[in-house]
Amino acid sequence: MPEHKVLQVIVDPERCQGHNRCKAIAPSLFELDELGHARVVGDGMVPPGLEDKARLAEANCPEFAIKVAQA
Amino acid sequence: MTDRPPVSDWAKDFDHLDPRWVTEPYQIWDELRRQCPVAHTERYNGVYFPSRYADIRAIAYDTEHFSSRRVVVREMPPRVPTDSAKPKSPPGASTLASPPITSDPPYHRPARMLLLPAFTPDAIGRLEAKTRAICGDLIDRFASNDRCDAATDYAQHVPVAVIAHMLGLPEGDGEKFRRWIHLLLHEGIAENASFAQALAEMDDYFRVQIVSRRSVPGEDLITFLLGAQMEDQPLSDEHIIGTLRLLLIAGIDTTWSAIGSCLWHLAQHRDDRRRLVTEPALMPLAVEEFLRAYAPVTMARQVAKETTVGGCPFKEREMVLLSFPAANRDPEVFPQADRVLIDRAENRHAAFGLGIHRCIGSNLARMEITVALEEWLTRIPDFDLADPASVTWSHGPVRGPRKLPVVFR
Ligand code: HEM
Ligand code: SF4
Repeated sequence: MPEHKVLQVIVDPERCQGHNRCKAIAPSLFELDELGHARVVGDGMVPPGLEDKARLAEANCPEFAIKVAQA
Repeated sequence: MTDRPPVSDWAKDFDHLDPRWVTEPYQIWDELRRQCPVAHTERYNGVYFPSRYADIRAIAYDTEHFSSRRVVVREMPPRVPTDSAKPKSPPGASTLASPPITSDPPYHRPARMLLLPAFTPDAIGRLEAKTRAICGDLIDRFASNDRCDAATDYAQHVPVAVIAHMLGLPEGDGEKFRRWIHLLLHEGIAENASFAQALAEMDDYFRVQIVSRRSVPGEDLITFLLGAQMEDQPLSDEHIIGTLRLLLIAGIDTTWSAIGSCLWHLAQHRDDRRRLVTEPALMPLAVEEFLRAYAPVTMARQVAKETTVGGCPFKEREMVLLSFPAANRDPEVFPQADRVLIDRAENRHAAFGLGIHRCIGSNLARMEITVALEEWLTRIPDFDLADPASVTWSHGPVRGPRKLPVVFR
């Protein structure tokens, strides 16, 4: 069985301006507050299978507000 | 428009209203990016044009040195002769307040926060069915012909109808809105009289709306603004009118241009048309790619304090064109930047700006563009430019096709 590297997504609220690219790409990893700014769902742990979506969200955020790291 | 001397050197004497820049800017920008990444011109009392993504981003983030008190580069009026006893400030030259787009910190944030809840994806999602109906009605008018003007018969009407609905204004006033926008953003760049006239007319129009909402509240954004508070105070009528003017201007020309550019592209790229018809799930990626490649909005800043960016000095009081469209074409950030790849997966484009002024209407604009393209492709899957030479483009801060005759196959 391949070794699972668990990833975690983090949104920097100081950088997020609410472009909403992250939630459009990965609605199960990101949610928006009442102003349209993003936060991670739960603790930000990326369920197996969603690693690519997490990376795409990171790569598409215009404000560089998202980090994906090994948990 | 006034006659302007031809450009001798794009790096030292550029003119963003030059016909070549208006019709085919991308090559000019690519050359500048290689040769002189911060171009300058003495025209318009001095303007800088950075063309690299990194520099544009740095300027957008640096609100200390780059102010939003002026966000459009306009031809300044010639100095008023000294015999006029009381010099009037030229209309709108520096203090046309439209919060939050013309606000700097610390005033910007409260004015922006106020508007954000009305433009979240959820709030905008509630307008989707209405938008679809608007698009369907427009297509009904020409679908049985074999041609239409995709800009004037279709694209331009979509955002007008949607924003009128949001503000609770009669859809029939759309012609008026478009005229104001034309006067402000196109003619008004060079002609102060057009500019002043549009402002006065908008002012009168919104004052009447405000009075009528005060007596009969609706469920629209104007009513919402009348009840809104900023720092525990109701908004002044000036603030409300400035914001309404902004929403009307920012909401219409921009989105109309974006829809038009998408259709212009699709009219010329049969493969992309086919793919979007057979693989509708690609639409979100395609919309982001069209926004990147044909970003319609170029903002401006005024240098508030002398500084350097990208190794180049910026002199106080001069203007800076903040070209998100040029940033989006920078090959350092976007591989094959000059190609439109509708399945581009990594696309950190800046079409809606960067930093604190990120477009408040971005969720609305995306929804309108997506719905407008979906409805069009469902009814008119195959179409071509009727005559490429008859396509015309707007000049000024918002770029998009203004005449776009297409024939249906
Ligand atoms: C494709 C369509 C659109 C594009 C490309 C676009 C682009 C932009 C850009 C680049 C900015 C940043 C301005 C700056 O940095 O100075 C901006 C700001 C803004 N836009 Fe849009 N826009 C579009 C549609 C809309 C719509 C539909 C609305 C609302 C009805 C809207 C409302 C605003 C507002 C209120 C701001 C000011 C935000 C602030 O200063 O905090 N825009 N837009
Ligand atoms: S894409 Fe980036 S800026 Fe946009 S909402 Fe997500 S985290 Fe915020």
